Amino acid sequence: MTELTHIRNFSIVAHIDHGKSTLADRLIQDTNTVADRDMKEQLLDSMDIERERGITIKANTVRLDYTADNGEHYVLNLIDTPGHVDFAYEVSRSMRAVEGSLLVVDSTQGVEAQTLANVYQAIDADHEIVPVLNKIDLPASDVDRVAEQIEDVIGIDASGAIQVSAKTGVGIHEVLESIVHHLPAPTGNPDAPLKAMLVDSWYDAYLGVIVLVRIMDGHLKKGDRIKFLSNGTTHHVDRIGVFRPAMQNIDVLGPGEIGFLTASIKQVRDTRVGDTITHEKKGTEDALPGFKPAQPVVFCGLFPVDSAEFEDLRDAIEKLALNDASFSYEMETSAALGFGFRCGFLGLLHLEVIRDRIEREYNIDLITTAPSVIYHIYMKDGEMIELHNPADMPDLSKVDHLEEPRIKATILVPDDYLGDVLKLCQDRRGIQLDLTYAGSRAMVVYDLPLNEVVFDFYDRLKSVTKGYASFDYQMTGYREDNLVKMQVLVNDEPVDALSTMVHRDRAEMRGRAMCEKLKDLIPRHMFKIPIQAAIGGKVIARETLSALRKDVTAKCYGGDATRKRKLLDKQKAGKKKMRQFGKVDIPQEAFISALKMDS
Amino acid sequence: MAEDWQNGGFGLYVHWPYCEAKCPYCDFNSHVARWIDHDRWTSAYKAEIARVRDEIGPRLLNSIYIGGGTPSLMQPETVATVIEAATTAWTPANDIEITLEANPGSVERARFAAFAEAGVNRVSMGIQALNDPDLHKLGRIHGRDDALRAFDIARDVFDRVSFDLIYARQDQSKAAWEDELSEALSMAVDHLSLYQLTIESGTAFGDRHARGGLKGLPDEDLSADMFEATQATCAAHGFPAYEVSNHAKPGAESRHNGIYWRYGDYAGIGPGAHGRITRDGTRYATVEPKSPAKWLDAASSGRSMRSTDALTMQEQADEMMLMGMRLYSGVSVSRFASLSPDPLELTKVRGLVDDGLLILDKDRIAATPAGMQVLNHILRRLLAR
Ligand SMILES: Nc1nc2c(ncn2[C@@H]2O[C@H](COP(=O)(O)OP(=O)(O)OP(=O)(O)O)[C@@H](O)[C@H]2O)c(=O)[nH]1
Ligand SMILES: C[S@@+](CC[C@H](N)C(=O)[O-])C[C@H]1O[C@@H](n2cnc3c(N)ncnc32)[C@H](O)[C@@H]1O
Ligand code: SF4
Ligand SMILES: [Mg+2]
Repeated sequence: MTELTHIRNFSIVAHIDHGKSTLADRLIQDTNTVADRDMKEQLLDSMDIERERGITIKANTVRLDYTADNGEHYVLNLIDTPGHVDFAYEVSRSMRAVEGSLLVVDSTQGVEAQTLANVYQAIDADHEIVPVLNKIDLPASDVDRVAEQIEDVIGIDASGAIQVSAKTGVGIHEVLESIVHHLPAPTGNPDAPLKAMLVDSWYDAYLGVIVLVRIMDGHLKKGDRIKFLSNGTTHHVDRIGVFRPAMQNIDVLGPGEIGFLTASIKQVRDTRVGDTITHEKKGTEDALPGFKPAQPVVFCGLFPVDSAEFEDLRDAIEKLALNDASFSYEMETSAALGFGFRCGFLGLLHLEVIRDRIEREYNIDLITTAPSVIYHIYMKDGEMIELHNPADMPDLSKVDHLEEPRIKATILVPDDYLGDVLKLCQDRRGIQLDLTYAGSRAMVVYDLPLNEVVFDFYDRLKSVTKGYASFDYQMTGYREDNLVKMQVLVNDEPVDALSTMVHRDRAEMRGRAMCEKLKDLIPRHMFKIPIQAAIGGKVIARETLSALRKDVTAKCYGGDATRKRKLLDKQKAGKKKMRQFGKVDIPQEAFISALKMDS
Repeated sequence: MAEDWQNGGFGLYVHWPYCEAKCPYCDFNSHVARWIDHDRWTSAYKAEIARVRDEIGPRLLNSIYIGGGTPSLMQPETVATVIEAATTAWTPANDIEITLEANPGSVERARFAAFAEAGVNRVSMGIQALNDPDLHKLGRIHGRDDALRAFDIARDVFDRVSFDLIYARQDQSKAAWEDELSEALSMAVDHLSLYQLTIESGTAFGDRHARGGLKGLPDEDLSADMFEATQATCAAHGFPAYEVSNHAKPGAESRHNGIYWRYGDYAGIGPGAHGRITRDGTRYATVEPKSPAKWLDAASSGRSMRSTDALTMQEQADEMMLMGMRLYSGVSVSRFASLSPDPLELTKVRGLVDDGLLILDKDRIAATPAGMQVLNHILRRLLAR
């Protein structure tokens, strides 16, 4: 146990890729927490998908022992957080467990959208903030300009900003000293009843559920009987410890400390992040304010390509959901795609990550349907229905009106691309709220329908700005609009998995674009195939895919019969990747690609 | 009981991998070399023929095909040695067909006479186009006049001469092709191969096409129209199509290719050559190493690097169908049944007949002219399991 005065708890926050995890590496290394031979880049990014994509998805905690220049021994608890907007929830709850933040800004890039979003959260959490200008080893580094930006755009003092290279290790010692001298020590009463914050929990195949806790008051020891205040369940603590970053058992955790406990808890679902943990006997009654739960905002259908794999998919989804409370699912049946699941995600990256994991770790080929948001449908009888799937849209004659979720989007973009960004937002039914400048960069704030953003907005933004824009958003609420369900008919039959909600004014345009896309995506068949978009029975766009006229190999390649056999096998495998719908084979990627807009 | 390969006969394919220049559309195993050790190739072919003979024993030899690459660049002595070795190793049929592929650039009367002397009795010449601008666009090193001159020599020296044209070229109209085809038919002796240009990955054309270049290629409709016109015009001039891209006066069909299409046995010698050989009731697929240098080293030192795989009955049935349906004469349903664990599904056959794509005549199924255009579709249907 460590004296409160000698503990410092902090999170590392930044825009995506500004070097949080690399800075964490250096702090781990400089404090000799991990031997040099065991170091690797972005050590804390331990999930396969994190290493592969080079991004952090899950927040990670490490305890460091540091002997400062003043000769005192300190315990530093560091939380590395993800930068991507989909995982902003990881950042916000991590911040609740600590008293300060290192705000990392890439000195070659400057302040970006998630820099801002994270700073505001840190200010909300009442944090001391230490600005860190990273990547000064790079020629493009411009620390003066970036420090100025921090003062102008964010409005915090950057005079104490530390210049570092997380890559070469320059400035790391200053960071450690600054943590000790500028960040506050935690407060807490060692003699009060146990009060601990349940910061996070996840499933471990060997140990069961692992609970990350921050002790506010009192002590937690191995063997204690504890109680979760939210639901009154009690558990026997069979292990407590800290992350270095490997798990290390200890005997007791005191006020201000961060560590883990295990208590033979079977499911992550039995724990609730933000909950208050106390002792079963003589515990506190006084609950912490708790966290707002992470809500899925993007929904899509996941179907096995091979319908025989439905049970395997169920198994995979249940296992993943065990560990990821922000991911929701319910069974769905589609006339086009058979049995599958309607799943909810925090955003598109979250969707991709889960989909990749199912395909890779469970070896199931998936068809993903178009992402959708939750619409509020107000019925004439006064009832309100949440619509997760356009295919479930009720009979229009009973509907009074529809509301859709809106967001406040903040985009930072170099001046040169501003025009393209404004056009993109305008095309997506955006309403401009603000436009300000910081040097040669503009900060635009738009009110946008979430539905226009979830799908390919980010891709488009990246492409029109050559990757120079950054983007962040928050949900703001619901607003009524003239929304309709657009159906797609292939060979005169509606394909439910291609139904989408669109704004009435844009329906023709979207319908035309979708029909054109599908015409390219669906291979020619031996007969002509009409492809139509319709609103409530009225066709608003139409294309015809003409019949296949030619499919024969001209050359003979002498006696190479093997080549012909391989070609046949390839064609057969290609057909497996299609869904038969009536007489028409639709390739699985069509269900997503058909919706991508080129502008 | 007769073995299945006897439906097609037995032939020998010899691959010569060198050309004067690599054509931008070509994905055959052909290479440009600065220096070729002709003597070494000659002994290597000879040794390989002897070795294959040891493996498969005596046979009646229906044909020899020397293909490439550009075999007209071979020294006549090499060709003579190959033919001599093959006809010594196996008993030549009375009507044995011995074909050599030739390029218009490498034709001299004396050389052709020497090939004939060596035993070659049929030449297949790669003319590709009958006008200079298109020959240039195809990256050929010969012009129209070279082609006509070379063709005249070939016609003088050999009774049986065929030539290849590539059509459905960049910016080629149907009318222009029909004119060119008429000229080709007026020249033709007894056989013509007319291939639609295919863009193959890994070739210069493939790269250009992938990068968005090579504009002006015909779309599916135009190439289908050109194909139909080709079939009709050739038939009207006494050169009906007997295979997807091959036309002949009746009786003058290529016997060697007929062995492939009727799924007979064939030995493949030379870099990258494929073979199908039945031994003790099992049919094997053989492939030689693709690299000329590797093949030559292996063949010269007597340690073969050929890969040999036994084919399952299903694979044989599929191959028989894939090759055989390219012929307008089609395949025998009972022959397929004797190979395949699962017979053809009659409902599928009927469906294709109803669609006008297939003819079912007693034991024979064959593609109709309309069916030939979508042969891959027919084969996918027939062989779907
Ligand atoms: N040259 C240089 N590169 C750096 C420095 N710090 C980080 N990088 C590189 O920047 C990239 C992103 O670094 P990460 O540490 O993964 O960034 P992050 O902020 O953790 O990213 P997310 O977790 O995905 O938000 C990596 O390729 C690092 O090697 C630095 O100081 N100098
Ligand atoms: C193996 S090549 C050899 C012929 C000879 N070397 C020549 O080019 O004159 C046989 C024939 O295949 C045809 N061919 C080669 N590549 C082709 C392609 N990409 N598309 C269509 N036909 C092609 C040509 O007509 C060529 O004559
Ligand atoms: S087309 Fe003929 S000449 Fe041209 S590279 Fe191919 S094989 Fe050689
Ligand atoms: Mg990271």
